[in-house]
Amino acid sequence: MIVMFGIFLLTLLVITAIAIVRTDNLFVAVMLMGIASLLIAANFFLLDAADVALTEAAVGAGISTVLFLGALALTSERERAKSWNRLLSFIVVAAAALILIYATFDKPRFGDPEAPVQVHVAPWYLEKTPEYIDIPNVVTAVLGSFRGYDTLGEVFVVFTAGIGVLFLLGGGKAGGAVPEEEIDEGLRHHLIPRVVGRVLIPFILLFGLYVQFHGEYGPGGGFQAGAIIAAAIILFALLEGENRALSVLPERVLLGLMACGPLLYGAVGLAGIIFGGNFLDYSVLSSNPVKGQQLGILLIEAGVGISVTGVLLGIFHAFAARDS
Amino acid sequence: MELLGIYNYWVFAVLLMTGFYAVVAKRNLVKKLLGLSLFQSAVFLLYITMGKVEGGTAPIFPEAGAAVFSNPLPQVLILTAIVVGISTTALGLGIVVRVKEEYGSIEEHKIQEIDER
Amino acid sequence: MSALLDTLSWVLLTLGGLSVLIGGIGALRMPDLYTRMHAASVTDSLGAILVLGGIMLQAGWSLATIKLFAILLFLLLTSPTSSYALASAALLAGQRPFADASQDGEGPE
Repeated sequence: MIVMFGIFLLTLLVITAIAIVRTDNLFVAVMLMGIASLLIAANFFLLDAADVALTEAAVGAGISTVLFLGALALTSERERAKSWNRLLSFIVVAAAALILIYATFDKPRFGDPEAPVQVHVAPWYLEKTPEYIDIPNVVTAVLGSFRGYDTLGEVFVVFTAGIGVLFLLGGGKAGGAVPEEEIDEGLRHHLIPRVVGRVLIPFILLFGLYVQFHGEYGPGGGFQAGAIIAAAIILFALLEGENRALSVLPERVLLGLMACGPLLYGAVGLAGIIFGGNFLDYSVLSSNPVKGQQLGILLIEAGVGISVTGVLLGIFHAFAARDS
Repeated sequence: MELLGIYNYWVFAVLLMTGFYAVVAKRNLVKKLLGLSLFQSAVFLLYITMGKVEGGTAPIFPEAGAAVFSNPLPQVLILTAIVVGISTTALGLGIVVRVKEEYGSIEEHKIQEIDER
Repeated sequence: MSALLDTLSWVLLTLGGLSVLIGGIGALRMPDLYTRMHAASVTDSLGAILVLGGIMLQAGWSLATIKLFAILLFLLLTSPTSSYALASAALLAGQRPFADASQDGEGPE
């Protein structure tokens, strides 16, 4: 039954991907990309990757679609030219696909517990997490503590993308003029989305906070929570208009959020040095090493969530404020 | 189960090459970015497929007793990769918007024509 | 008792699957945007209630049932709103309904 379900989802995914490449209306392509992200998220869940499925759904199907639509509103929505040198590209691509398919026959059997990837480091992590960190979600334990240095790098990548987009698009109207107050900004003149949105936004924020703090006990964590909270505030900006959203969360607050996330993460790392351990060693943060690890993971996940929220909102406002 | 594994790898190959075709053969810059996004999703699919253990569940310790878990390490790597992917896509879209403002078009051949003048 | 619950949830899930299928066929076969949205809304409302109801019966009295009920509530609030926003945007963009074709001279898009 699972096999049929998996094959069905993957077939739909291939059809959607081919449709994305072949359509020449870019809005249709972006919507299909959202559908493809959701199908991939469902497939991840089938392959026992719950955290990854949540992240792909929140970030890929949610935020990515909004960013692409924002960019499309500032550029054209139709692809005007035919492809370049189609026959040669197709031959190269088909040959590479056949080589890859030939290579897949040499892979270990799907799900084999004795495959090389399952017997190296993974059993050590699964065994030592209850001993060193004692939280149920092993993915959060590895992400936050065992591989915490990689996650620090990732937070800095998100921060860099945020300031990069602000450098490129942060000037407001192209030409620097100040936009005027519009009468029907956002969806203000539509009653139904506004009412439903006002009912839902508090619950979406609550759910975002739930995902943030339950990252240690179930699927969740900073990245998913940041994307969900950013989605709630983007919904508010779409419904009530850009100017009201900026008066609720002004630009300098967003810049502050963008900077405070990595700052918090780095501060926890330095606190490890100050209390006598290594950089990003959480065991010394508290008298009991296990409690110290849990406290450290809680703090850095908060830093990650703050950073992702600030960056995604900053990027959205940079696109929305740019008038063409 | 064997069939699902082989099918997962084949879909990975097809998805990878579809995204790559969009990057190489299409001239519209936004289409290229969409193809890049598809390419990244295919790689995520490969890693997560390799981490699955037969009869396993998500690597979250239940209340009672031990169980067989799927490999948590590819999931950690892909979690990072998804977020990095969206960051680079956002930066790429910012560049596309600025290119449109400066050159007036996001079709690759028209931009090259304007550049050569 | 458990056999009765199982049968009931089977019936609900099958009916839910059927209504999703009907919605899908309608979305393909209907002549224009508004009628297609009307057909697809069967999926959002009836399909969601039946499928989630069937799963809730399987979950019994547990935390999972409350979470599923919250998901159902969220779906029932947001799907009609997004259909409304889509139809309103289409109307503002100038897409006329099929029934106007005889007066306007424009065919369905």
